[in-house]
Amino acid sequence: MITFSNIKKTYLKGTVLALDDVSLDINKGQLFGLIGPDGAGKTTLFRILTTLLLPDSGTAIVNGLDIITDYKKIRDSIGYMPGKFSLYQDLSVEENLHFFATIFNTTIEENYELIKDIYIQIEPFKNRRAGKLSGGMKQKLALCCALIHNPEILILDEPTTGVDAVSRKEFWEMLKRLKLKGLTILVSTPYMDEANLCDQIALIQNGKILSVDEPHKIVSNFDGKLYSVKSAKIFQLMTLLKSYPDLKSCFAFGDALHATFLETTNYEELAQNLLKKGFEDIEIKEITPSIEDCFIQLVNSNK
Amino acid sequence: MRILYYLLEKEFLQILRNKSILRMLIIAPIIQLILMPLAADFSVKNISIAVVDHDHSTVSRQLIKKITASGHFKLTGYKDSYLDGLSMVENDKADLLIEIPIGFERNLVRENSQKLFITINAIEGTKANLGGGYLQNIIRDYNSELRMKWIPPNSGPNRGQVISIASTNWYNPYMNYHLFIVPGILVSLLTAMSSMQAAFNIVQEKEQGTIEQINVTPIKKYIFILGKLLPFLVLSVIVFTLGLIVSKVFYNIWPVGNFGILYVSLIIYLFAMLGMGLLISTYSETQQQAMSLSFFFTMIFNMMSGMFTSLDSMPNWAKIVANLFPPSHFIKIMRMVVMKGSDYSDISSHLFWMFGIGLFLTTWAVLNYRKTIN
Repeated sequence: MITFSNIKKTYLKGTVLALDDVSLDINKGQLFGLIGPDGAGKTTLFRILTTLLLPDSGTAIVNGLDIITDYKKIRDSIGYMPGKFSLYQDLSVEENLHFFATIFNTTIEENYELIKDIYIQIEPFKNRRAGKLSGGMKQKLALCCALIHNPEILILDEPTTGVDAVSRKEFWEMLKRLKLKGLTILVSTPYMDEANLCDQIALIQNGKILSVDEPHKIVSNFDGKLYSVKSAKIFQLMTLLKSYPDLKSCFAFGDALHATFLETTNYEELAQNLLKKGFEDIEIKEITPSIEDCFIQLVNSNK
Repeated sequence: MRILYYLLEKEFLQILRNKSILRMLIIAPIIQLILMPLAADFSVKNISIAVVDHDHSTVSRQLIKKITASGHFKLTGYKDSYLDGLSMVENDKADLLIEIPIGFERNLVRENSQKLFITINAIEGTKANLGGGYLQNIIRDYNSELRMKWIPPNSGPNRGQVISIASTNWYNPYMNYHLFIVPGILVSLLTAMSSMQAAFNIVQEKEQGTIEQINVTPIKKYIFILGKLLPFLVLSVIVFTLGLIVSKVFYNIWPVGNFGILYVSLIIYLFAMLGMGLLISTYSETQQQAMSLSFFFTMIFNMMSGMFTSLDSMPNWAKIVANLFPPSHFIKIMRMVVMKGSDYSDISSHLFWMFGIGLFLTTWAVLNYRKTIN
């Protein structure tokens, strides 16, 4: 459905590398997540895909159409929701929706079925100005406007950034329902915990794709066993562990340390050692890695 | 075309909804048009004058009376020494100081000539210039009056001959300054409104990110631009019409010429100015940048388009520059049609210039306006 081949993009006359030789394949009907921290290149990739930006080199094909030569046709078949709320704040909910329907040469009624579930939630406020809506409402309206011309591909740039936990959950459920209607959905997010909600994810960092796979496969590809090491004196523990010769990696993760060790490591001995050094509350246990653990490991191994 | 209609519907909805902008667009120009001509009046009145009369004769008193009776001058001091008089000029209590020497009358009678000394405060150029001019006129008048009186009727040939000048002012017989300045101010208000507001409006879409959302739609570039510029064309025509009504009501100025010519010229002028607005918008990322750019140009336009001062008094190269400003041409057209009733044939070169500049600016703007932002 969407194919990127060797896309490269630089800013400021080539001094800033935003995308470095990115190649990606996204299948029809997938909920595809592009996951990476701020500044990784997610928005740049989406802006190239939505024909707002030209790549320096490389090609991208959307639905069999080239993003450079057939950009007009592509615009008809994609719905784009930028990261920043970009509807008309001084127009009402209904006016915004009506406007975006008409410029795509369609009407609200024609595609009402697609947006019904979402629109019903904001319909009570349809005469309110978009600028006066709450964050969650704005997002629902933006989603409706991106869907109103019945696109085949929906592209959402960080839709859940700055949204509360409940609304985030709701939003992902809406996406799942939309997927059932046959849409191909591309979502970018800096939240690693949202990765598991996607069919397939790409981890991106510094303009490079680190890994593309189903979330559970990325987890099972984690190199080695991951241990959670916990103590109240976490900073001292970290310094001590880093001097430990068997340690492969160690980083703070919430209130614990996530560490990997050489295969020969004796964990009993390690725990005893730490106990002797004054960490009475030491607790070491093996855990299943999260996407974030995988991400950090990939970033480190790419250095 | 259907899409253009919806774009226009949206623009008008937004403009009409934004009450403060609407007030700025409609009411502000009217207030400015009512107030500004009152200040932009170059006929000088109430010049304060101080007199140092060392003579105290009939002639000197008559001269002073003549000066104060002219209506231009206001006698603010009557001093005994030049230094006292000068201190009044220094303290800003007098703009002009006239010194009448001892024996003014006696020498005038005996030797047929006498000198007067005038000191002018030249801080305010116009006032000093015109004030000095008025004063010299009055003295010259008085001089010839004296000659006629004192020279015996049959004293010989050639002694009383004076060339007298009778002039008539065409198109503005009473030299009504408002007739000259009101059409000019109306043009400058339109200048600010059309190009600046259109530029701000487009840049606002950039600032709020809505242009992103528009750019992913299949809207054609020219339709979007038309949708942005047409509302300001309509608003400008409304403001212009209101301006004509204000001119009639407050200054009793009504175009002598044909309204059709006036409005056709207006549309061509707006074509050029909206083109400029569009161009400004393509070079600005924020409304503040657009504001600075258009402020720069409007200032130059106001000063260099012949609204206050004659273009002919500028050096040649500056005349060429001013010729490239659309307002220079439209102010000319306005004055010609309003005061003189000029026809298409009289203003065709100005129309041609405005259209050419408009075409140039619009082409440049459209080429520079990229739907694919880089």
